[in-house]
This record gives sequence, C-alpha cells and structure tokens, in this order.
Amino acid sequence: MSETTGVEMRIIPDRLRSRLQRAMRSWEVLLVAVAVGVFTFNSLASPFFLDAWNLSDATFNFTEKAMIAFAMALLIIAGEIDLSVASIIALASTAMGAAVQLGFDTPALLLIGLGTGLLCGAFNGFLVTGLGLPSIVVTIGTLSLFRGIAYMVLGDQSYGGYPSSFAWFGQGYVWWVITVEMVIFAICAVVFWIVLHFTQFGRTVYAIGNNPTAALFSGIRVARVKFTLFLLTGLMSGLAAVCLTSRLASTRPSIALGWELEVVTMVVLGGVSILGGSGTIPGVVLAAIIMGMVTFGLGLLNVPGIVMSIFVGLLLISVIAIPRLLGLVKVRLT
Amino acid sequence: MSITRRIFTSTVAALALTAGTSGAMAQDDPVRIALLVKALGIGFFEAARDGAMEAAEELGNVEVIYTGPTDTTAEGQIEVINSLIAQGVDAIAISANDPDAVAPALRRAQQRGITVISWDSGVAEDARELHLAPSSDALIGNTIIKLAADHLPDGGQVAVLSATSTSTNQNTWIAEMNAVMGDYPGIEVVATVYGDDLADKSYREATGLMQTYPDLDAIIAPTSVGIVAAARAVEDAGKVGEVNVTGLGLPSEMASAIDSGASQSFAIWNPIDLGYSATVLAYNLATDAAEAGPGATIPMGRMGDLTLDDSGTGAMSDPFTYDASNIERFKDVF
Repeated sequence: MSETTGVEMRIIPDRLRSRLQRAMRSWEVLLVAVAVGVFTFNSLASPFFLDAWNLSDATFNFTEKAMIAFAMALLIIAGEIDLSVASIIALASTAMGAAVQLGFDTPALLLIGLGTGLLCGAFNGFLVTGLGLPSIVVTIGTLSLFRGIAYMVLGDQSYGGYPSSFAWFGQGYVWWVITVEMVIFAICAVVFWIVLHFTQFGRTVYAIGNNPTAALFSGIRVARVKFTLFLLTGLMSGLAAVCLTSRLASTRPSIALGWELEVVTMVVLGGVSILGGSGTIPGVVLAAIIMGMVTFGLGLLNVPGIVMSIFVGLLLISVIAIPRLLGLVKVRLT
Repeated sequence: MSITRRIFTSTVAALALTAGTSGAMAQDDPVRIALLVKALGIGFFEAARDGAMEAAEELGNVEVIYTGPTDTTAEGQIEVINSLIAQGVDAIAISANDPDAVAPALRRAQQRGITVISWDSGVAEDARELHLAPSSDALIGNTIIKLAADHLPDGGQVAVLSATSTSTNQNTWIAEMNAVMGDYPGIEVVATVYGDDLADKSYREATGLMQTYPDLDAIIAPTSVGIVAAARAVEDAGKVGEVNVTGLGLPSEMASAIDSGASQSFAIWNPIDLGYSATVLAYNLATDAAEAGPGATIPMGRMGDLTLDDSGTGAMSDPFTYDASNIERFKDVF
C-alpha cells in the first residue's frame, strides 16, 4: 500500500505504552512484588511460617478488616470516608449480644448484625447526603456515638452465651485449612471487583470521585450513589461484626477498637487515592494480604506490637513514596 | 524504660531468635514459655517479666517470650496467641484482657498441645489448666489489719476507709478482716466510712474520721484511691506520726506518703513474684513435673506451693508489704 503512494505512513499509537508495559508499571505489580518479598522474608526468618495451619490462622489477622476495606475503597474512590466502621462493629456486636440474652438463634443474630450495620450506614449516609455535611466530620461524630451506645448498654460487662451454631462464621472450616472467613473474604472480593470494574454503578463511583459537579451535570444521581455506598460500608461492617463476634464468642464495648485506621491504611496501601477518583479492588486484596502477612511474620519473631506499628507505617510510607521518588529521579535524568 | 531502648532490645531479641533458630535447635530444646501480658509498656507487667527472667535463670533450660499487644484489646491478644501457637511454644501464661474473648483461641492452643495457664487476670475455666491469683480474699483481709496492728503493739483504735458501700471486693476483704480480729487483741475498729473511690470524698471522710475520733491510731484503706487521699488528709491535719495510714495502694502513688511518714507501710501484690511464679508453674505443667486439677498442689520455687481450689484457682501469697526499705525500688515500677 505504501509503495504505491510513495508516502511514508506514520502509525500513531493510541497508547504510549503497550498493554504489557502498562501492566508492569501498575500499582498492583508493585504490591505483588512487595507481597512476594514479605513472603520470602518470613519463610527465611521463621521456620514456622510455611505451615498450612499457621498460614490459615494468620488469615484472621486481615479477613474481617478486608471485608470493610472493600466497601471503604468504593467510598474513598467516591471522595467520601467512613471513620465510624469500628464503632459500627461494636454496636452491631452489642445488638447481637442483647438478642442472644433474649433467646434469638443464629439466623436471627445474623440478620440483627447485618441490620444494625445497615441502620448505622443509613444514618451516616443521611447526614452526609441529606444534610450535606462533610463525611469526615459526620463519621468522627458517629465514631463516638455508636461506641458510646455500646458502652452505655454494657459498661464493664460483657455478653456471652452465643449459640454453638453461631461459631461457624468465625471459627468454622469449609474444607481442610480453608476457613469460613476466607471464603466470605473471597466472595466479597469478587463481588466488589465486579461491581467496581464491570458495572455502570462502578463507573459512576469513579466519575463522582473525579469530579462530583461534572458527574451531577452528567445526570448521575450523586447523592443516591453516595448514600448507597454508606449503606454498603455499614452492611460490610455488620458482616465483619458477625465474623468477629463469632470468633470471640463474646461482646465487649471495646471490641475492634482502632480498626478504622487499619482499614483506611489497607485501602490506601492498596493504591486507592485518598483524594478519590482512582483505585482498584485487586490492589486492596493484595494490601490486605500484605498487612496480614507482615503482622503475622513479625509476630512469629516476637517483635513487640509497638515496633510492628512502626513497620506498617514505614511500609505504607515507602510503598507510596518510592514510585513518586523514582519518578522525580527519572525527570532529573531526562 | 525509654521507647528507643525497648525497640533496641526487642530488635536484638528478634535477631538473636532468627539467628538462633538453626543453631540452638541442635542442642537440648529449651522449654519455651510465653508470658502474654495485657499490653506492652506497662510497668507492672515489665516487672512481671523481670520475675519471669529470674525464674528462667533458676530453672535453666527455659526461654521466656515476653509478649503482648500494643493496647489492651482482646483482638490484639488473639493475634499474639495465634502467632504463639504457630511457633509451637510449650506454654502460654496469660493475663487476659477479656476472660471470654480469648478463650476460643486458648482452647485451640490447648488442642495443639500447649500448656495454658492464666495469672493476674483470669480466663474461662475450660480454656486454662489453672489460674494464679495474686492473693486471696482471706489473705488480703488478714494483711490489712496486720499492717495496722504491727505498728500498734499496745493496741489502739483503727477506722476503715473503703470504696463504695456496694464494692464487692472491698466488702469481702473487710468481712475477712473482721473474721480474724480475734487474732489481734487490743485493736478496735471504731468506724467504717465510704469514700466512693473519689479522691475528694475520700479526703473529706478521712478528715472527718480524725475529728470524730481524736485518739485514732490508724486508717485502713483497702483501695488505691482512698489510701492516697487518707495519707494527704493526715499530712494536712498535721497528724503525721499519730495516725498511720495503711491498706492497699500503688507504690508509685504512695511513695510521697511513705517519705512523709503519713504511711508506715502498705501492701499490694508484687508483680515480680507474680511473673516468677507464673513461669515456674507453666514450666512444671509443661514438663509434666506436676498436674493441675482440683485440690492439686504445684510447687512454684521460692514462693512455696500453689494449692488449687475446685475451679482450678490458687492464691500465690499474702500481699507484699511496701515500706521505706523498698519503696524507692518499686515506685518506678507501677
């Protein structure tokens, strides 16, 4: 073709880098590298790390938090945040504990746990979307409010006596070392992956996060989507409450204290921009596994929790800073 | 202990452990006992660790793993328990943040052949082999009156400043004290007042006692709030040397009262003895040198023998007496 015209054809690529090249530079690949590094280090550092049962136990370090992190990822991508998640766990767990005292059985407990989560999520969602208040302020308020109610009900007491069938969620095994929580975690991961990356709803979440005003003028019901996301976060916190309560077989108002920050750390480490607009579910899954493996590996070496917090903090900062630093170096060199 | 020093020692310990796992295994396997505390960075528990180290030195082939979560949560302790199970330690001696929540994890440890005992703060009966209580109600009741009587060889008037009139602990101790009054002839309890564990109310009640009973020789306050308030009331009333304040208190809070002479001596459990005894007990059970059960007697080194009741609980000793001779050493501990 070009011979006949005698004009040299120039191909203008529609992408600057090939699909493979882009994949190589993505956040997820960086996280996979970190995960492999953590895994290798742990295997070399402790002879107890590579053991199916031990690894199975270790997943409890992250499965419940990750369930919330999936919903939180969507919320943060949409430009909002929910800091009350750990307090929702406390309130949902207290509600379930109270229900046990009234003689309710496992199916009812599950519904009460999830229902309390939904109600709390609806309350947050209403304050943010209905009254137009900033979500960080609203959820700092409900962080105190929800746990405060749990403290009012329980004081220094605790609820126990959960039916033995309720233990299935947090202590049960589906097959060999595969725990029920792992399966719930995997199902949630797939569902959220599909919702965020392959549905119209997922696209609207990104659109809102990138520019809520433009999204509104494009005909997206911004308030309704945000409200749904708060509901979803509440629901997932309720689910985490069911799993955690089942695992502990008891409820105290101090349950899951401080988890909100670990969940947000997980989401940010997973590559979700804290300013909204970008992030992926596979990234959050990898971040959850990395955080679980780092704490478990350091635990095997009996590193005190204070040092562990320092490690997680450094990990977060370095994973986020290194690509930026490399970028700066590259700019200097060219 | 400063934070840098703690991080340093723990890092060294972690490195030593990593390096040691390959080499040390070849020798006689040490008995690995985990002293699992409510949270790291608490003076009381660091003193217990010193006691555990003392026991380890005395027993010889013992490796003590001093560990715990960063803050006093059951979830944090469960993560630590999981990592201890994974390491296959021989024994776990736990001071629990929640008697019920840690029970499922401890039961799993027992299923995997790990000896579990609780100390200081107990756990559910079926989740441990024995519970080491620092003292018993009878021993405490006897100690508080003995502390007053020791400084009144010719007898005298004493009054009790308690917490609230419904405080179970204090009421039990006072009842036990009254039961042994016959052993202390010449000592007369003239009144029992309640400061509600509030500093200002306790102060007023103590002042009131000195006005109502001008010949009062001692105030017994079996509460750490009341004893400090009473000592200050005695100092302010200028009755140092006339009225001796004693009871149960914390060395850090009582150091100035000992210095001023408002208090000759007071008592509370000794965390060093507690850590020491827990370690020896765990060692004896883990090496099958002794067996726990109702009525069993288990040796605990220099602290004598521990006798278990029907619930598998045993009392270590009389509360430890603190006075001018040892307050300097303990006031920085707890």
